[in-house]
Parts: sequence; C-alpha cells; structure tokens
Amino acid sequence: MKPASFVYVAPDGLDEAVDALREYGADGKALAGGQSLVPMMNMRLARPSALVDITRIAELSGIRRNGRTAIGATTRQKDVLADPGLAVEFPVIRAALHNVGHAANRARGTFGGSVAHADPAAELPALMLALDAEMVIRGPDGERVVAADDFFITYYTTDLDVDELLAEVRLPPRAPSVWGFTEVARRRGDFALAGAVVTATTDAAGVVQSARVVLFGVTDRPVRAEGAEEALVGRRLDDGGIVREVAELAAEGVDYTSDVHVPGIYRREASVALVRRAIRQAASLLGG
Amino acid sequence: MSIEKREGPTLVQLKVNGETRSGIAEPRLLLSDFLRHTLGLTGTHVGCEQGVCGACTVLLDGEPARSCLTFAVQVAGSCVETVEGLAVDGRLAPIQEAFRSEHGLQCGFCTPGFLISADAFLDEHPEPSVDEIREHMSGNVCRCTGYQGIVAAVQKAAELRREAADGD
Repeated sequence: MKPASFVYVAPDGLDEAVDALREYGADGKALAGGQSLVPMMNMRLARPSALVDITRIAELSGIRRNGRTAIGATTRQKDVLADPGLAVEFPVIRAALHNVGHAANRARGTFGGSVAHADPAAELPALMLALDAEMVIRGPDGERVVAADDFFITYYTTDLDVDELLAEVRLPPRAPSVWGFTEVARRRGDFALAGAVVTATTDAAGVVQSARVVLFGVTDRPVRAEGAEEALVGRRLDDGGIVREVAELAAEGVDYTSDVHVPGIYRREASVALVRRAIRQAASLLGG
Repeated sequence: MSIEKREGPTLVQLKVNGETRSGIAEPRLLLSDFLRHTLGLTGTHVGCEQGVCGACTVLLDGEPARSCLTFAVQVAGSCVETVEGLAVDGRLAPIQEAFRSEHGLQCGFCTPGFLISADAFLDEHPEPSVDEIREHMSGNVCRCTGYQGIVAAVQKAAELRREAADGD
C-alpha cells in the first residue's frame, strides 16, 4: 500500500499550475487536500507520474462575495463549514458537509477537490447540481464557466480537460428558500449508498416556483430528477398528497448501480424514501 | 511567482513536537512513514493506509490530519504533533490518564490516533456531550473496546482538563 514514484511540483501561481498540468498532460494530476487522490494512489488505482500541488496558490483559496458568493477550489471543507455567512445564506452546504468524511478529512480536504474528483457517491457534486452552481475553470486559454448540469459526466469524470483546473464554484445569486438533505450510509462519514437533495424557491404563500431534486450515490454521477422537479412547481411542499407521488417520480428512469454494497433495487427503494424525507425536511422550513 | 519541484530523494525539514527534525524523503513517502521510518517516531500507527481507520492521525499545524494521506514533501516547514508529544516530563497528559483509568484501550493499536483526535476535539469543545463525542470520534476505528470506554475516557479527560484549568 505505497504509492508509485512521482515528481512533486508546487507552484504558487495559477498560470504556473496550468503550465505544469499542460507539461505533464494525462500523466499529471492536481493535488489539493489529497483525501480522495492519495488513497487511490496508495492502492495504486491511480499512479500519476507528476503531482501538481495547488494548495499554495493564494487566489484559489477563500470565500469571496462580489455580488455572488464564490468558494475558492482549495478552501478547506472545515473552513467552509465554519463560515458564518454561508451558514446563514446557504445552510444546505453545512448539512452536506457534515456528511463528508470525518473532522480529520475535512481539515485537509478541499471543497473544489471533492467537486472535481466527482465520486458519484460524494455529497458536494450533488450539492452543486441542487444549487445550480457554476464551475469556474482555468486552463491554457484562460477562464471558462460551466454549469454544474454540464460538469459531471460519469464516474470520476468531469468536463475538466487534463490541463485545466477548477478555480472556484459560484453559488447562485439567490439562495433557495427551503432545502432538504438526506442520505443513507453504512457508517457515519462513509460515502452514501444513496442520497437525495431537494432545494426549492417558494413564493410568499409557500407555493413552489422552482425546485431541484438530485439523487446521488445511485448511478455513475449525481442526477437531477426533472420529472419530480416539474411536479413540484405550483404546489406546496407540505401538500401531503404530492410527496409520495413526487418521490416515486424522482426514482424513475435512473440506471441504478448494483455493486458489492447493495443491489440496484435497494438504491431505487432508498431513493424513494430519501426524496420523501428531503421534501418533508424542506417543507418543515416553510415559514408560517 | 515560483515553483518548487522535487524529484527523487530530497531533504524535508519540519517541526515535530516542538523540535526541528529533518530527513530525506522521496515525494511518494507518506508522512506516516516519514515519522516512523525516517524519524523513528513509531508512536504514530499505520492501519488501513486509506484514511478510514484514523490510527495515523497527527496534528498538522494544530489540525487533526491523516498522516497516511499526506506526503512528507507537502508539509515541509509545518508543525506536526504526534502521540509522543502528549506526555510532559514523563507525566501522562489528561487524555492519556483518562484512557487508562476508563479502559479506553485494549490492544492499543488504534490508541495514538484516538488520543490525538480526542485531544484536538477537547481543545475546541471543552464540555462535549456524549453525542458530540461519538460524532467527532467516528473518524477513528477501534476493534477491541466497543467504544464505551473510549467515550467515557473522553468525558473524563474533559473533566480532568477543566480541573487542571481551574487549578491554575
């Protein structure tokens, strides 16, 4: 259980990091907190010939508020969890982060690292979909912005090219008014066997104007349940009659993974229950 | 703007338990192995080597971290605290005393990680509830005790630390 040899490069500028990634191409890999990459290297599931340590790049770290809130890619998960502004504006982020590993993992692990790693059972990629966040990417040709909807492609695969870095995630200008976050895992801090995130914007009367329903840990990437999202629009989340119907709708049309942990049918059944719980959790946050 | 590049064996210097230590490390050498093999500090144990069991937990610039998921070259210049740094002048720290009196260990393999995780937790939560203790210590695995003794030890250590603070 020891990683293969590699060259270690630690630039303190973003352009230098992009140059280094371009130089090493597909054999290189960006290293941030290392909480996902290093286990894979220890098991030799990954054997990059070069690691580009991006944690010394000052502009990649920190939470910024210029009209829209943005989280720098190498901001430690612990620091995101502790940010008082985010806790008020986007409490769903806290709920998700509490399920990411354990304190020692969150002290090193970075927000963007987990997003870019794109483990299908990870919480933060699903959160990005549920928040309709934007991924700000830096590469040799400068900056480009990709919606979370178009970012996650399949297992551990995103829209990032080998010489590109996730620089920050931009949160939406308006936070959802209510949210729910639930998952099932064998042990606290484990990756989810299945999970659901629901976010919704409601009007003054509590009627849903727009909603996102996201499942994770159930197939090759986090997925939106668009049928369920549409079914929620124009309804109240505490309308008991629709919860079951929407949850059933959410679980349809997903190619559920069967693996050593649980069969696909378990994930389907769990998805129905989790979406139901997430909607009820969101409904409990409705004012009045 | 500058780039640090390391290839093959290079010198790594860091502070361990307050002392400046140095050794030769290839980039692929994990901090856990650097501590144990290069510096001879075998108190930090290596269990799963994939960040799950928590036996290798050390404090890295004051924060608990998995030394098996960190390369020594990444932390050159940092401050590391290991289980060897807990006792002062041969006197057990409150957390160690509490693990002994409350039967927080049997075989002792996981103990260094538990001690470091618990001590860091108590720094931030001097009066933790049982739920908070269980939630925080969920990142460390013990196969002997069934955790009851460990939870009791962390509660006891919180008391001992408060008494020590009152006595000052």
